Amino acid sequence: MNNVALVSIAIVTLAAALAAALLPQLMRAALSLALTFVGVAAFYVLLGAEFVGLVQIFVYVGAVAVLIVFTILLTRRGTKAAEHFKWSGALIAIAVFAGLVWAILNTPALAITAPAIQPLNVKRIGEVLLTDYVWPLQCVGLLLTAALIGALVLVMEEK
Amino acid sequence: MTPTLQLFLIISAALFSIGLLAALSRRHAIFVLIGIEMMLAAANINFVAFWRFGPQPQEPTGVMIAIFAIAIAAAEAAVGLALVIAVYRHYRTTDIDQLNQLRG
Repeated sequence: MNNVALVSIAIVTLAAALAAALLPQLMRAALSLALTFVGVAAFYVLLGAEFVGLVQIFVYVGAVAVLIVFTILLTRRGTKAAEHFKWSGALIAIAVFAGLVWAILNTPALAITAPAIQPLNVKRIGEVLLTDYVWPLQCVGLLLTAALIGALVLVMEEK
Repeated sequence: MTPTLQLFLIISAALFSIGLLAALSRRHAIFVLIGIEMMLAAANINFVAFWRFGPQPQEPTGVMIAIFAIAIAAAEAAVGLALVIAVYRHYRTTDIDQLNQLRG
């Protein structure tokens, strides 16, 4: 973990995120969003959580980005491409960013470097997931089932 | 030279603000969902960063929360995009400013 890798990944990720937020064409914005998710996965790998980075790529780049692209294709007919931009939203976002940076820079307890760490392997994650976190795991399974059934009901054609 | 925790937090704050910008200032419903996904990813980076910079050795709590948050965000994206398609079927638009039927 060094500064050069972190800053170069951050530049790519934030540029892709800005493109996803500001590009007028929906399809290009969706592809920039996929690039943003790859950058976020690189952050996880840099932080020593390789499994989370892999899950991020599988779930976000593999599933969520494809879902967004399909939704764009299904809802494109009849929508106007031109849209105006609300500058009040940009002002609020800049104010929130300034407030967060001010708070982060004025907290001395956050100016620490990473301690040495033994690598977190998938075996350990699996053990913890099926012992300490077995209840949350079951709840997430139930939630995913309910959400997918709900999504199916929402998009089903009415007879 | 290794980065400090502050650098990671500032980067995730920037990602959060860009997501907030997309969610607040675009009128297309899919852009709002894209912004929400970015804000969730920024929060996840914070969880993993605080776990990595915390005292060692410890339980992988931050990693677990990030994995569960990714699963819940996937469910949220599926339902949100289904809502966008359902709204488009009824109103033939995805512009959230035109969905004002409940306005008094």
